[in-house]
Amino acid sequence: MNKPLQKVDRHDLALIAKGSAILGAGGGGDPYIGRLMVQQMLSERHSVDVVQIEDLAKDALILPIAMMGAPQVTQEKFPSGKEIPKLIEMMERLLQQKVEAILCIEAGGLNSTIPFIAAAQMGLPIVDADAMGRAFPELQMVTLTLGGMNATPMAIVDDKGNAATFEAISNVWSEKIARALTIEMGGGAMVSLYPIIAGPSSPYLIKGSLSMAHRMGQILDANGGAAAQVLAETFNGLVLFTGRVRDVERRSDGGFTRGELILEGQEAFSSKKLNLSFQNEFLAARIDHEYVATTPDLITLLDANTGMPITTELVKYGLSVHVLGLPCAPIWQSDEAIDMVGPRYFGIDVDYQPLAGNS
Amino acid sequence: MIRIGVDVGGTNTDAVLMDLTGFRAGSKQLTTPDIISGVKNAISETLTNSGETVSDIDVLMIGTTHFVNALVRRSDLERTGVIRICLPSGASIPPFSDWPDALTRAMGGKFRLIHGGYEMDGREIAPLDEVELLQAVRELLDEGVTQIALSSVFSIVRADMEERAYDLITRAHPDLSVTKSSDIGRLGLLARENAAIINSALRPLAEKVVHSFELLSAELNLKCPVYFTKNDGTLISADQVMQLPVLTFACGPTNSMRGAAFLTGIKDGLVVDVGGTTMDVGEIQNGFPRPAGTAVSVADVQTNFSMPDVISIGLGGGSIINRHAQTVGPDSVGHLLTSKAIAFGGTVLTASDIAVASGRTQMGDKPVGPLNDLPQLLLALDQKAADAIARSRTSNKSTQLVAVGGGAVLLPDELDGLPVLRPHHYDLANAIGAAIAQVSGEASSVVTIEEGMTREDAIKSIVANAENTAVRNGADPTTLQILSQSDMPLGYLPGNNLAISVTVIGDLAMVGQTNE
Repeated sequence: MNKPLQKVDRHDLALIAKGSAILGAGGGGDPYIGRLMVQQMLSERHSVDVVQIEDLAKDALILPIAMMGAPQVTQEKFPSGKEIPKLIEMMERLLQQKVEAILCIEAGGLNSTIPFIAAAQMGLPIVDADAMGRAFPELQMVTLTLGGMNATPMAIVDDKGNAATFEAISNVWSEKIARALTIEMGGGAMVSLYPIIAGPSSPYLIKGSLSMAHRMGQILDANGGAAAQVLAETFNGLVLFTGRVRDVERRSDGGFTRGELILEGQEAFSSKKLNLSFQNEFLAARIDHEYVATTPDLITLLDANTGMPITTELVKYGLSVHVLGLPCAPIWQSDEAIDMVGPRYFGIDVDYQPLAGNS
Repeated sequence: MIRIGVDVGGTNTDAVLMDLTGFRAGSKQLTTPDIISGVKNAISETLTNSGETVSDIDVLMIGTTHFVNALVRRSDLERTGVIRICLPSGASIPPFSDWPDALTRAMGGKFRLIHGGYEMDGREIAPLDEVELLQAVRELLDEGVTQIALSSVFSIVRADMEERAYDLITRAHPDLSVTKSSDIGRLGLLARENAAIINSALRPLAEKVVHSFELLSAELNLKCPVYFTKNDGTLISADQVMQLPVLTFACGPTNSMRGAAFLTGIKDGLVVDVGGTTMDVGEIQNGFPRPAGTAVSVADVQTNFSMPDVISIGLGGGSIINRHAQTVGPDSVGHLLTSKAIAFGGTVLTASDIAVASGRTQMGDKPVGPLNDLPQLLLALDQKAADAIARSRTSNKSTQLVAVGGGAVLLPDELDGLPVLRPHHYDLANAIGAAIAQVSGEASSVVTIEEGMTREDAIKSIVANAENTAVRNGADPTTLQILSQSDMPLGYLPGNNLAISVTVIGDLAMVGQTNE
């Protein structure tokens, strides 16, 4: 493997945004708006320092920063730029401790770029780790939940300067309260949640995920349409299928986009058929009715011509794609984790079988 | 009614003359650097071929790539200042973000953010700060700006602040030209603002272009009105083009799709337009191109005004064949086909040459081949075309595929399992699309549903507004029909409020019948 990241400039950030679309596994939102915000910030301050969690003091306070809200609002109403200093100030006052580093809660999609804004704006380092190793649709679906860590105290600030902090009895309640506040604030807000201490949280974080996203971005740039195979070889994954999208069924349901794709095989897979089900992210892949990959392993679609990752919102009939399977972080493979993010949680009636990788 | 349709493309300028019986005559000429002389040649020859006299012509309809080309070449762009009504939100991504540096420089890159804007449900983010607005305009004028583009958060839900700002600016500076983002774009502030900026920057050019077409009309002794064709296949007047030139950006592919629908009578299907360098594929639904759902990049700037959903690939009559890699295009000899291609005595093997060698078409006067790898080269060409067709389809339902444009003869008889139809006059389809363009009228408004009033009543009142607009734009009132209609409830206000928007369409009224 390549050596870990130490600094991130505008160019690195573009690579991380690309790589995070792979880790988004079809979901996580479009990192475009997030990337523009960081680029604005990085044009003033040249780079962000990246640290490994072991390099921080055991009692260091680490603050994850993320954006919450409907994608339509994110596209139309941008943050004021004053939200993050306010979040940090509120959390520091509440916890009676200075923040020493920023964490990315979700390495896949939009929220992979937002923490870099915080790091750049506050002059703080960002930890080369995250709490999903991919994207998931619900706020409690983080590795920190497995470590018994609480999403609250949580702080939320809107573009107008309205702010709140609150505590909740469970991470599922945190999700509900945060969502209600976000709607009242105009459908989009900046949040800080899961405040953690370096020592005790370290075993539960997925380490090196920013470096991994960066490396994935480099591979996409260098290999175009052939990136799927190179990614599979580099990250111990598998090209599950190559084919053309022949059916897209999509419905909006409880705030999520659910549905199924049918792909008709091409090249080595001709005369085969692949079914892909999704809820924001891709959840399970079947070839001729036999499961070949399920959540929490990552399933990502890459455009066969350009190699660019395709989200579940943008996938269209007729597109020619490679279906890439990547192994999830090992922490997601415990029984407790599978109960939280495995196929049965999403209503898919099959046991989780780890991806049959190359090694 | 006798009409002349003109399509100014990158390589060719086409003209056709049509009457109530359909196609009468046409002409294909090379596009000239000054544009206008190519148009003049095409119109003159069409008139000669048809035997009609100038005084019989009722209307001239022009589809042109002038404006999009000016943007791509960064020429003739005016210095445009942006006023975004958004504070306290919005400052984290300023205007001109993610623009190519050279294009930002060409437009000056000046902007101000001021207080105001709406939430998604229509509540105010902040009241419009009118003092701040006029101060911002004065500062931008001092910085050398000559055009203003206005944007406001969620102006697609409520346009009132943009409208109020427009009134205040034009009252204080009556000669200043101002574009409102809500007149052009859709959801997505940055892309809508970008569209407004581009529009402002092109307005002075639009005035020049309209003026040059007026001179041409005078020179040719044409006494008829001149219209331009829009991205959606309908017409706008010369006056409107001077206000909203971006609405003509994608008229080329739109006109060829509309022309293909007219020539075949097919209302729903796929159209492939093969030119000298590129091949465009798009879908028609009820005779009109399907609009793109997401942002469209124009000259590397994200915009979101209504454009047809077209896939464009580097495959055309002039595409250069690489025999070593067995690929076709995307490099092309372009308009030099008739001197560089082997069939015309040149030395470059092009897509046209392999079509000649295979017997798909005849052109030029020199033999091509024999080529021992002809089957592989044809396969490469056909696969590239079939891939674009497959990507353009929205379902696996069987559909009809119409091929138009000068390069349509390159294609095989079947692509992606669909038979390829090549109608008569396929090579003039885009000028025909311009000649058959209709007139539209749009209206949108928030209506409060009062006691004793139904949703249908509310919609009916907006339809009436749209119809009035269409008639003012030149439509024959007896031919109007609804093209699209939507209504969305707004929960934020007391009572029952609907945001309604309607587009109607109709045939151009005969001259003299227009309700001006």
